[in-house]
Amino acid sequence: MGSELKFLLNDSEIRLTEVGGADTLLDFLRLQKRMLGTKEGCAEGDCGACTVLVGRLHQGELRYEPVNACIRFLASCHGCHIVTIEHLRGSDGGLHPVQRAFVEHHASQCGFCTPGFIMSLYGLWMAKPKPSVVEIENALQGNLCRCTGYEPIIKAALAASEAGGQAMDQLALERDRVTGWLSAVAPERIETARGQDRAILPKDAADLAQILAEHPQATIVAGATDVGLWVTKMLRPISPAVFIGHLTELKGISVTENEITLGAGVTYSEFQPFIASYFPQAEDYWNRIAGWQVRNVGTIGGNVANGSPIGETPPLLIALGAVVVLRSTKGQRRVAIEDYFIAYGKQDRAPGEFVEAIVIPRAGADRIAAYKVSKRAHSDITATAVAFRIATDGKVIRDARIAFGGMAGTPKRAEGAEAALRGQPFSAESFEAAARAVGDDFQPLSDWRATADYRRLVAANLIRRFWLEQTGDAQRLSRVE
Amino acid sequence: MPNACPAWNERFEMKQDVQVNGAAHQSIQHDSAEKHVTGRAEYTDDLLEPTGTLHAALGLSKIAHGKILSMDLSAVRAAPGVRMVMTPEDIPGENDVSPNGLHDDPIFAPGLVQFWGQPVFAVVAETRDQARRAAALARIDYETLPHALDPIAARDAGMGYVCEPLTLKRGEAREGLDQAPRKITGRFTVGGQDHFYLEGQIAMAIPGEDDEVTIHVSTQHPSEVQHMVAHVLNVPSSAVVVNVRRMGGGFGGKETQMNLFACVAAIAAKKLGRAVKIRPDRDDDMEATGKRHDFVIDYEVGFDDNGKIHAVEGDFYARCGFSADLSGPVTDRALFHADNAYYYPDVELRSHPMKTNTVSNTAFRGFGGPQGVILAERLVEEIGYALGRDPLEIRKANLYQNGQLTPYHQAVEDQILPRIFDELEAASDYHARRQAVLDWNAKGGVIRKGIAITPVKFGISFTATWFNQAGALIHIYNDGSLHLNHGGTEMGQGLNTKVAQVVAEAMGVNIERIRITKTTTEKVPNTSATAASSGSDLNGMAALDACTQLLDRLTAFAAEKWGVARETVSIGEICYIGDAQMSFAEFIREAYMARIQLSAAGFYKTPKIHWNRKTGQGRPFYYYAYGAACAEVSVDTLTGEYVVERVDAIHDVGRSLNPILDKGQVEGAFIQGMGWLTTEELWWDDKGRLRTHAPSTYKIPLASDRPKIFNVSLADWSVNREKTIKRSKAVGEPPFMLGISVFEALGHAVASVADYRECARLDAPATPERVLMAIERLRR
Repeated sequence: MGSELKFLLNDSEIRLTEVGGADTLLDFLRLQKRMLGTKEGCAEGDCGACTVLVGRLHQGELRYEPVNACIRFLASCHGCHIVTIEHLRGSDGGLHPVQRAFVEHHASQCGFCTPGFIMSLYGLWMAKPKPSVVEIENALQGNLCRCTGYEPIIKAALAASEAGGQAMDQLALERDRVTGWLSAVAPERIETARGQDRAILPKDAADLAQILAEHPQATIVAGATDVGLWVTKMLRPISPAVFIGHLTELKGISVTENEITLGAGVTYSEFQPFIASYFPQAEDYWNRIAGWQVRNVGTIGGNVANGSPIGETPPLLIALGAVVVLRSTKGQRRVAIEDYFIAYGKQDRAPGEFVEAIVIPRAGADRIAAYKVSKRAHSDITATAVAFRIATDGKVIRDARIAFGGMAGTPKRAEGAEAALRGQPFSAESFEAAARAVGDDFQPLSDWRATADYRRLVAANLIRRFWLEQTGDAQRLSRVE
Repeated sequence: MPNACPAWNERFEMKQDVQVNGAAHQSIQHDSAEKHVTGRAEYTDDLLEPTGTLHAALGLSKIAHGKILSMDLSAVRAAPGVRMVMTPEDIPGENDVSPNGLHDDPIFAPGLVQFWGQPVFAVVAETRDQARRAAALARIDYETLPHALDPIAARDAGMGYVCEPLTLKRGEAREGLDQAPRKITGRFTVGGQDHFYLEGQIAMAIPGEDDEVTIHVSTQHPSEVQHMVAHVLNVPSSAVVVNVRRMGGGFGGKETQMNLFACVAAIAAKKLGRAVKIRPDRDDDMEATGKRHDFVIDYEVGFDDNGKIHAVEGDFYARCGFSADLSGPVTDRALFHADNAYYYPDVELRSHPMKTNTVSNTAFRGFGGPQGVILAERLVEEIGYALGRDPLEIRKANLYQNGQLTPYHQAVEDQILPRIFDELEAASDYHARRQAVLDWNAKGGVIRKGIAITPVKFGISFTATWFNQAGALIHIYNDGSLHLNHGGTEMGQGLNTKVAQVVAEAMGVNIERIRITKTTTEKVPNTSATAASSGSDLNGMAALDACTQLLDRLTAFAAEKWGVARETVSIGEICYIGDAQMSFAEFIREAYMARIQLSAAGFYKTPKIHWNRKTGQGRPFYYYAYGAACAEVSVDTLTGEYVVERVDAIHDVGRSLNPILDKGQVEGAFIQGMGWLTTEELWWDDKGRLRTHAPSTYKIPLASDRPKIFNVSLADWSVNREKTIKRSKAVGEPPFMLGISVFEALGHAVASVADYRECARLDAPATPERVLMAIERLRR
């Protein structure tokens, strides 16, 4: 067992022993290292002013992703390469092409959000040398600018992709050295603390089960996109915090003829290509989950484990008929995901258990769709979300699974609407009946995201939309023509 | 050839012959651009902290209205790291930061809480984290009193006004309405807006000797911070220095709202003898600081079958919050702009600055103007739908003609909207695209489209006449480098760059020679807020005045020393004096050796303006800035969601001091205005707590929300007919109102579901929910 966290910060190696579970990367950068280019705008992962890159090995390949330093716990940086704005430069030691393009296109005004934008676009620049406008917009869903109206930022991003290539990039030059350093970090359990605040990094999944058996009330932290706010906003203690984001066993994705199994630690970004391949009808939906920085760290397992009624993955997973695999020292247990959500704030997860994997049946010939409605199209929390899996035999609906988020205390199937479809003809009348029936399935709340009336109306209309899309009248709003 | 001392009447004009880097009218980059992109631009939180700096946090109320029965702060005091707990008793001077002399803005609620989130105490600890954790330990018992949150509830509850209301009146509105062939009445609810400056409020106070204190603070108004801190410390203003190099955005949110934070830091710093910093968490910032006023507007418009407006009456009920702050001038400006660009023959407009149990609302880009302008646009839309005509025709039929009087009796003399409309209609291909929209909608699909053109006419000047003054200070050091200081503050708009361009051109030197420095009350006293879009108008002129003084002195010195006529002296990067020539540095060295004063303080006050609030008459505005935009949207009639497909905008900045920076202002203001009217919703629960108090719940536009096609151009032919700095016009606020085009385009798409038989009457913000509910209403 180790008691030292180590990671690379730009070009230096950092070794720390006094780290609490609730210590954030942003505070470490700003308060301890006085690296002040990374800004705090919101402390909840929504504005992107604190964006840094985190480099990790994915099956031996070094990959850098933008993340929010404000809700990134320092302990979870173990074995990573953290890259901040201070490290960015061009091969000539001057401005990096992204930075130069920003200056030339007048893409900063007050400048406070700018380092965060630069880091996101730098991440994009590395991942995708010639991005389209839509790809740039997607990459910037987690970055807010209040001054420019974004137009010059998009122009700068396009121009940067024209200027030079990754051969000019400082990080590319350092890649071998960094890869070597990161691969030399051997798995081991690490425990650190600052005062009473403890952080534990398990060695592997078995060790995680052991730790949870010893500390059943521990806070499991994967991407910290929710737990981060418990700390920064609610000032809630999370000790001992058990970090699982580094566990490669929880990162696996396997596909068989009938199902897809993904480890609980798979992030939204990591699963995105699988959505595109196996559930292309849900690609737009997936793209409406949070911003890029959050998708890079937020995990599907965490989204399920945490049980929020407005999480995006549960409606889709319920409609698809997914199964949650829970693990503890006593072994594994499988639960149909819809049964996992018991009530608001209550899930079928015993102390000592953790979500290990999610098994998703493949869709086969079934008709799949998923829609989300929110006040702002991107990086907003769901007002109402719905996913469909409709099975037909010829012209008859054999089975219907329709699951909603934002309509009740848990993500939940629309039983009345499903019943209105099951065994009925695959027709406009059947879906109209389902749309009318869904009004009785839920008693949604009114809050700042939407009124109950709006939620009910939209729920019915999204059932109508499903029918319209199945029958070819697929008018939809889109950023792309 | 540059650069003999210019005669006064030449100084406003463009000088084609000045060949220096960074002269006025050049599109040069923001002076801090390279620091922005490398993360090296220092904001207040980035300044080196003195050893032993402490950190403060506020304790906020958890009710909307009530008496504090008891406040147990013992656990706060006992918390780790705590050095001080501050309540009203700890304030040496008055417990008040009211910017208007009404004494209604306590730092800490003195026994009576008037909104949820009102500061009731502060705690100072060794670290910010300790201070925040300690603040959460307070135990406060309240006696809850009834609260009224919105302006109509406040009116019905008899809450009264926070300040004197205003009536603007010309002609006889009632008679005009009664005699008009047609009439429409309605109610329009217009939401407020959080500034969402990316850099939140922050102040750091460093105690000095005797009664002195230095404050670093993110502020648009250093002089007011100075006065407030002096006031609460009970020391003269001369003991207080306020500094700001730059803000991470202001938008009006740092015109008065930073006073409280600066004062808390200053009181603690003086008491403890240590530097004290306060930086509230974003949620606290959004709960405890004021926003754009929301309005409920009851209107009546009389018109004829040609679409000509005959008379207008309007009652403007504003949610001002618990105190006046800037609500007086904000609600005044709403009335000043309730005509937007249209002539109302008979008119009466009344403001109702309602007291409510919410945070005290404040300045926000446009300062009430947008809420007035959008009412005018509602009126022309109503008329258009009532007559079955394109609202654009109604707009054009009612545009001011030069010489016509506004409701405040100022004659419009610089009308340029007809030309802007012509150019915009052509550039946007409006008429063909409108027909395409109508054809598309006629097919009756799920996605409906809408298109609209809306104009803006915005009055430039502070309506408080005395604020229209500015100072600048220029030093030339004896190595030939220039130090430029003025009373304006940099919040991203590029003010420092523009003023430096004015100085570069006036002095005939390259801009690289000019060092832009932080704004400080030590160098230029008694400044006005950098607000009302006035920054470059006022400070550019003051800097030009300083340049003129220096050039005068230097020219006289050169003529005397070299024995030549003044007309043969030209100062610049190369100075020509008769037959002699030398570098600027050499010349300055000569001047220094000859004991010429190489420093000058410039001053400017805006001419011509006057305003009598009692009579509601005067010329509050030096000139108007104009613009227009054409927006096209697509709306999903199943969910109410929408996409802005295309926007074309033409905006008037006179002869631009820096076209690329001005274009940036127009683009940014447009998106901010669009955000105000679309996804940015302030939502209070029934207990009076603001629940949209962070970016997770309060949704400003993203990159993916901007128009898919966004063509912005400046009316480059426009020249300010008044003698403003280089004949430019102010740009900060006016283009904000171009975002209204998106709102009216949404209304057009919604109206399509009922064949345009009636105005959609969307309330603002037109969230997807409001859009869908309007669609449902019209379908019935």
